[in-house]
Amino acid sequence: MKIRAQFAMVFNLDKCIGCHTCSVTCKNVWSNRKGIEYAWFNNVESKPGIGYPKNWEDQDKWQGGWTKLNGKLELKAGGKLKKIVQIFANPNMPEIDDYYEPFTYDYARLQNAPLSEAAPTARPVSQITGEKMDKITWGPNWEDDLAGEFEKRSKDSNFSNMEKEMYKQFENTFHLYLPRICNHCINPACVASCPSGAMYKREEDGIVVADQDRCRGWRMCISGCPYKKVFFNWESSKAEKCIGCYPRIESGLPTVCSESCVGRIRYNGIILYDADKMLDAASTDNEQDLYKAHLDLFVDPNDPKIIEQALADGVPQSWIDAAQKSPIYKMAVEWKIAFPLHPEFRTLPMIWYVPPLSPVQSQIDQKNLPTEADGVIPKASAMRLPVKYLANLLTAGKEEYIVSALNRLIAMRSYMRSVNVEGTPDIRPLTAAGIDEETAKSMYRYLAIANYEDRF
Amino acid sequence: MSHFLDRLKFLSKVQSTFAKGHGVVTNEDRQWEDAYRNRWRHDKVVRSTHGVNCTGGCSWKIFVKNGLVAFEMQQTDYPRTREDLPNHEPRGCQRGASFSWYLYSPHRIKHPMIRGRLLDLYRAERAKGLDPVEAWEAIQNDPQKRIKYVGVRGLGGFVRAGWEEMKEIIAAANIYTIKKWGPDRIYGFSPIPAMSMISYAAGSRYLSLIGGACGSFYDWYCDLPAASPQTWGEQTDVPEAADWYNSTYLIITGANLPMTRTPDAHFATEVRYKGAKIVSMAPDYAEYVKFADLWMPVRQGTDTAAFLAMGHVALKEYFIDRQDAYFLEYARKYTDMPMQVMLRRHGENWVSDRNLRASDFVDNLGEANNPEWKTVVFDSKHQSFVVPNGSIGFRWGEDGKWNLLEQAAGGEIEAELSCIERRDGVVSVGFPHFENGESTLILRHVPVRIVKLANGEEALVTSVFDLQIAQYGIDRGLGGGNVAQSYDDADVAYTPAWAAKVTGVKAADIERTGREFAENASKTRGKSMVIMGAAINHWYHNDMTYRSIMNLLHMCGCVGQTGGGWAHYVGQEKLRPQAGWAPIAFATDWQRPPRHQNSTSYWYFHTDQWRYETVDADALLSPAGKNKYKGYTLADYNVDAVRMGWLPGAPHFNRNPLDLVAEAEKKGATDEAGIAKHVVEELKSGKLDVAFADPDNPVNWPRNLFVWRANLIGTSAKGHEYFLKHLLGAQNGVMQEGTHGAACSQVNYLEDGPVGKLDLMVDINFRLNSTGAYSDIILPTATWYEKNDLNTTDMHPFIHPLGEAVTPGWESKSDWQIFKAIAETFSTLAEKHLGKKRDLVALPMQHDSPMELAQPFGQVKNWKRGECEPIPGKTMAALRLVERDYGQTYNKYIALGPLMTKLGNNVKGIDWNTEQEYKELAVLNKTVQVDGVSKGMPSLEEDIYVCDSVMRMAPETNGEVAHKSWSALSKKTGLDHHHLYAGRHEDKITFRDIVAQPRKIITAPTWSGIESETVSYTAGYTNIHEHIPFRTLTGRAHFYQDHEWFLDFGEGFCVFKPPVDLKAHEIVPDSVRRKPHLTLSWITPHSKWGIHSSYQDNLRMLTLFRGGPYIWIAEDDARQIGLADNDWVEAINANGATMARAVVSQRVPRGMALMYHAQEKNVNVPGSPSSGKRGGILNSVTRVVVKPTNMVGGYAQLAYGFNYYGTVGCNRDEQVVLHKVEDRDIDWLERPLTPEREAQRNPVGVGSK
Repeated sequence: MKIRAQFAMVFNLDKCIGCHTCSVTCKNVWSNRKGIEYAWFNNVESKPGIGYPKNWEDQDKWQGGWTKLNGKLELKAGGKLKKIVQIFANPNMPEIDDYYEPFTYDYARLQNAPLSEAAPTARPVSQITGEKMDKITWGPNWEDDLAGEFEKRSKDSNFSNMEKEMYKQFENTFHLYLPRICNHCINPACVASCPSGAMYKREEDGIVVADQDRCRGWRMCISGCPYKKVFFNWESSKAEKCIGCYPRIESGLPTVCSESCVGRIRYNGIILYDADKMLDAASTDNEQDLYKAHLDLFVDPNDPKIIEQALADGVPQSWIDAAQKSPIYKMAVEWKIAFPLHPEFRTLPMIWYVPPLSPVQSQIDQKNLPTEADGVIPKASAMRLPVKYLANLLTAGKEEYIVSALNRLIAMRSYMRSVNVEGTPDIRPLTAAGIDEETAKSMYRYLAIANYEDRF
Repeated sequence: MSHFLDRLKFLSKVQSTFAKGHGVVTNEDRQWEDAYRNRWRHDKVVRSTHGVNCTGGCSWKIFVKNGLVAFEMQQTDYPRTREDLPNHEPRGCQRGASFSWYLYSPHRIKHPMIRGRLLDLYRAERAKGLDPVEAWEAIQNDPQKRIKYVGVRGLGGFVRAGWEEMKEIIAAANIYTIKKWGPDRIYGFSPIPAMSMISYAAGSRYLSLIGGACGSFYDWYCDLPAASPQTWGEQTDVPEAADWYNSTYLIITGANLPMTRTPDAHFATEVRYKGAKIVSMAPDYAEYVKFADLWMPVRQGTDTAAFLAMGHVALKEYFIDRQDAYFLEYARKYTDMPMQVMLRRHGENWVSDRNLRASDFVDNLGEANNPEWKTVVFDSKHQSFVVPNGSIGFRWGEDGKWNLLEQAAGGEIEAELSCIERRDGVVSVGFPHFENGESTLILRHVPVRIVKLANGEEALVTSVFDLQIAQYGIDRGLGGGNVAQSYDDADVAYTPAWAAKVTGVKAADIERTGREFAENASKTRGKSMVIMGAAINHWYHNDMTYRSIMNLLHMCGCVGQTGGGWAHYVGQEKLRPQAGWAPIAFATDWQRPPRHQNSTSYWYFHTDQWRYETVDADALLSPAGKNKYKGYTLADYNVDAVRMGWLPGAPHFNRNPLDLVAEAEKKGATDEAGIAKHVVEELKSGKLDVAFADPDNPVNWPRNLFVWRANLIGTSAKGHEYFLKHLLGAQNGVMQEGTHGAACSQVNYLEDGPVGKLDLMVDINFRLNSTGAYSDIILPTATWYEKNDLNTTDMHPFIHPLGEAVTPGWESKSDWQIFKAIAETFSTLAEKHLGKKRDLVALPMQHDSPMELAQPFGQVKNWKRGECEPIPGKTMAALRLVERDYGQTYNKYIALGPLMTKLGNNVKGIDWNTEQEYKELAVLNKTVQVDGVSKGMPSLEEDIYVCDSVMRMAPETNGEVAHKSWSALSKKTGLDHHHLYAGRHEDKITFRDIVAQPRKIITAPTWSGIESETVSYTAGYTNIHEHIPFRTLTGRAHFYQDHEWFLDFGEGFCVFKPPVDLKAHEIVPDSVRRKPHLTLSWITPHSKWGIHSSYQDNLRMLTLFRGGPYIWIAEDDARQIGLADNDWVEAINANGATMARAVVSQRVPRGMALMYHAQEKNVNVPGSPSSGKRGGILNSVTRVVVKPTNMVGGYAQLAYGFNYYGTVGCNRDEQVVLHKVEDRDIDWLERPLTPEREAQRNPVGVGSK
């Protein structure tokens, strides 16, 4: 056993309003520079959609993350030898158009145009070439709010094993936002891919960073990361990525994206895990069992034995205290309502997600609406967002975990309705969802009241 | 350690391994990590916010590094709410977070700018030795010179200029205009003071001092829900966002919370966890649908039908099938439901007429004061008609009985809701109904009483309740037809099945939602809420939609209850320290009254949109009306509304008001009455008339226009192309000739509409948007991080500042300093050219003043038609004499004037003394030291002084003023309200306080909610819990409007009215008609990537979506015309054309083109093939249409107030033709202007002559 502390986050997708404030504040603070105009350490995607960069989830195309080869965990893109062979011609590398061609505008013309045949307009200008662009054809959030034809957006690989045609109809529309940053994985493929030893995972907090001195610009990290969250700075020729806001974390502040999250969906916290079990967890045979294996890596920060071991392994007491108060531990481990993004990539990502609720399916008539005991709140099973889709996103396709989480959220709502409307607590929905009253109250406190000090 | 050495030793750095060797621990130098730490480091953090009309009012941390603004993040230090409520942090969205980009972008206005053509003309005149005013006059008097700069507006050609010269030109233009045409030909447009109230006050103070007119905005934006003043006598009052969290049932319609209430959306997502159910009614899969439990995709423009059907369910199940005790009590006490209404014969049947009054009875039922303004109920305790406390008659002329206690003449009563049990009979009453393009009368049986009137006649009367039950089509077993046998009866209006036909929503969904909404309210005493907004308020018949919602809320006892009621969020309307601010903003500390103008009517006439009116007013009339005005056009109605003193008109008359006074003086008049007499005589003789009766006569043109804190042309100009054509004389895309105006009888129609009415347009801005582009002069203003100002909103209870994080960039100044500078130059020149003048202000009959009792019984008496005499303040506008010492304008601007001690302060009809605050400000702010009329008075020279003056004089920020104002109100109501602010009597909030932390405001009688530790702020709270009457005729919330014009238009009760057909889509070029095209409903909701036009041109926001204007279209519609995502499209109709790229999406229903609000043409817009001009803005294809019922005045709650009542600038009923433009046909139109093209005035466009 080797106890390590990991800085981790939970994003409650059920509360995400898709506003991109996180993206903007992050951009302003960290990547508002030449060379990484196109890089959004934090971005928000509209799902279903192919995302940023295009089709990043499709590892058949990008060969990111890890795979099991002959029972052994290997980088999907191949071992060291293959990497060296490809070092000058990496076939799995996204090109600028997979992100988008960054642009600005000829704003000056608005002020300095001579008398012209028509009112001046500021035309788009490429930030790469400096030339005027006739048409902007892609951006970091091109599919916002389901923009674009279903045919194109449904290339989304989360539709795998689904009959997706019915979801293109207006009546059956469903939608969720997926905010994304670097997952600061426990088993980061980017670090393993780096030929220069420039990528590393910080011992004290698990934040994954790219050493700006040591990086040689080989860009193997970019293809290695299955989330495509390492970017190439074409000005400095270095890899750059989300740094987990370590200058703030070190000062006891939440990340920029978290503090500025106006939907209040982001939680920061410390999780203790057994680093020695990392390989076994990542090597779990059945990818649908990876979520469970990942969960099993986490250790109970209140267990005296764990505390003892953690101290022995160099985790300071203050970090153990933080782990005990961690909202992440509650949501992921205690309540089991948060899940890792694409566990099948086998990187053991540490940004976890609470799946979203959604309106009832269009074909359900209100006369026959299946509701919880309160008679008003619809059951989770009546919701329009297909569970399979969420499972493909968060549990490698295994639906029962998602169903359980959604049921718990609904049960909490129904219970609270009985308290606030009827004045008599009704715990039947809680029992059915496998949680007790105390848990429901605690969930309510963290999810609904969600004070600053409880989020971070 | 050297990095070089470090690298050499890489392999030896491995210290240990773990996870079976999969993990490696190394010990390497990590000094490079300081690079990112340094990036985060900054020098200081300053509190500010964004002065943008978004309702957010968020407090931000502005990070300053090396003297420059580096980035911003939200503040998280708001005072906390309660343990059982989420807190406000963080507040602020993606748009606010990107603001810092503007400061140092190439978009920033850095220096004063002027169109080179105008500067050359002016300098040439000055070089001849003319003084500034003479120079301006010389340009204006020469049509050749004037056209030289007017004709090229909008086409570029700006040059950098200096402050001194620009101030001189502006002052000269103002002075010339005042002398030649009248001060009321100068207009100022700036919206929503709450977002940066000192900056607003700068321009309005200057204009008010010189006699210019300030234009309203809230009504013009169509954000004013006319239904609110109609129903409550209240402009708008709404729950703060935190109050959503007190609700347990929310219906959301027309307000896209995540997109437009971004900082507050979390209260809605979080309250679901508290057990609240959310029903969304968006026609598209809007962002807020994501958070709903049920989505009812209502066909756009038909929400009224759905809410009427929900009301049908609530009324039937909770008032008829069973009697919900709470609902009944609420209806009795707080609504007009028990008020008695007289019936009027209509052929064989009856129709509802006016409310019964005390004056209808022998001896006025014992009421000596205002008996014609006191409404009547039937008291079931004593079985008699009585006059309950609280109606408007009790508000004026007596004290102590203007309250909502269930009392009459000092005794307890119980107002009867229905006479059905003790009726004298049942009669057939006709209810107007509007469907399928026609208006009919639906006959239904209603129980009635017979009452003997003072004049000896007998009348049939019944309650609003009995009429309302019938109007909703509910069967009470009284016989007769047209009542619903079940909810499935689709033939009877207002059943769920009927509504399903109209709205496209399943009947079962409407029925269940109506029932759940009511049941929830019954169980929680009103914690059911409807959140609503612009998407449903921007329709022509928005007041019907809103009243359908208010009706449901009143039936369910929700209004005034925390967690319940209406939550209308459109515009940052809540200027909390209003009472402290208004005297400064409108210079009433020096002279009263100011000139206020409702902008909708103003622009309707002055941009000549009335000439293109396609809506036939007659077609809107009810078959049950008296309809004395049949044959009038919409413009005719408006002209008569001005003549009758209902609405203001700027300019007032077809003569300079300074000249009118001079003429009267010449005839011997000395005082206000004498001068008014002269004006009345001139009006009666027909020699003088209101300016709107002849708006195209150069005598009546607006001449100077100031726009600050606004983007009038690029955002709010509904009928953008008409603004360009008629007001500005610029290239435009109008596709038709305005010949419809010939149908007017009260407006003089000239064959040729005038082009280029304005002499001078000045824009004050920090970026170059479409308003700047068309202005003659642009002045650089400080950004929101470069000035000190105040900010409040309706969404949260705090007051907080804009703060000067860095000094104003380049040559910019704060708005307060800009107008101060203009005032200084103006004063110097005015001393010579104007001196002292006497001005006459025509003041329409004001709400919240005794003037709201001007015209009893809602009967229309028109002096112009000989129905009465023109009597100022009674049958026409009051005429007020105002002295203007023009040379002292600057001295007045910089000091708090003496009327604050002489006349005191007031709000909502209550007055108090301000002497103490005046004394305190002389110390806090220092006093003026410059010689002149204001020497020794409290200084307003610095922005912070102005902030502190506002806060010291407002009850919301000064506990002592709260005390004085509540005392005044307590006297009126006869009830003790002092407990409402008791804990904060000693508080005095200053600017330095709010810089430290936002402060919660103090409960004030300005508002209908309270600040408390037990409930959240919500509208109507003091009406229900303190028994302070609504400021209406009955003192209650109104289901019924008994004014003649309302009855004429069939809007006595709320009815369903379908969208109006504006017919503009019928006029498009054949070249378009021949191509594959779509005819689509033009929907322009607020955007995710901007707040109005702000941020739409910000690189961050442009990057995060599609980099320029776009129009969303249903995927199935797009397929039909071969349109793919990101193709260029042109949207076109008779009003003009606009260019954008298509966003093809399944989330949009068929038949809709959704162009998010305020995407303008300054970024990435090519030429429009149809107009041959720069492709337009969202409003290039719209035209504003005015509604006669919104013009009604002089009658209780239907009385004018600035931004309070009046015509609203609706724009949602429009349709466009949309077609694809091939990439190869895109022309960016960037060639220089040729003399040939200039000579054509408006080349190529289909609409040019």
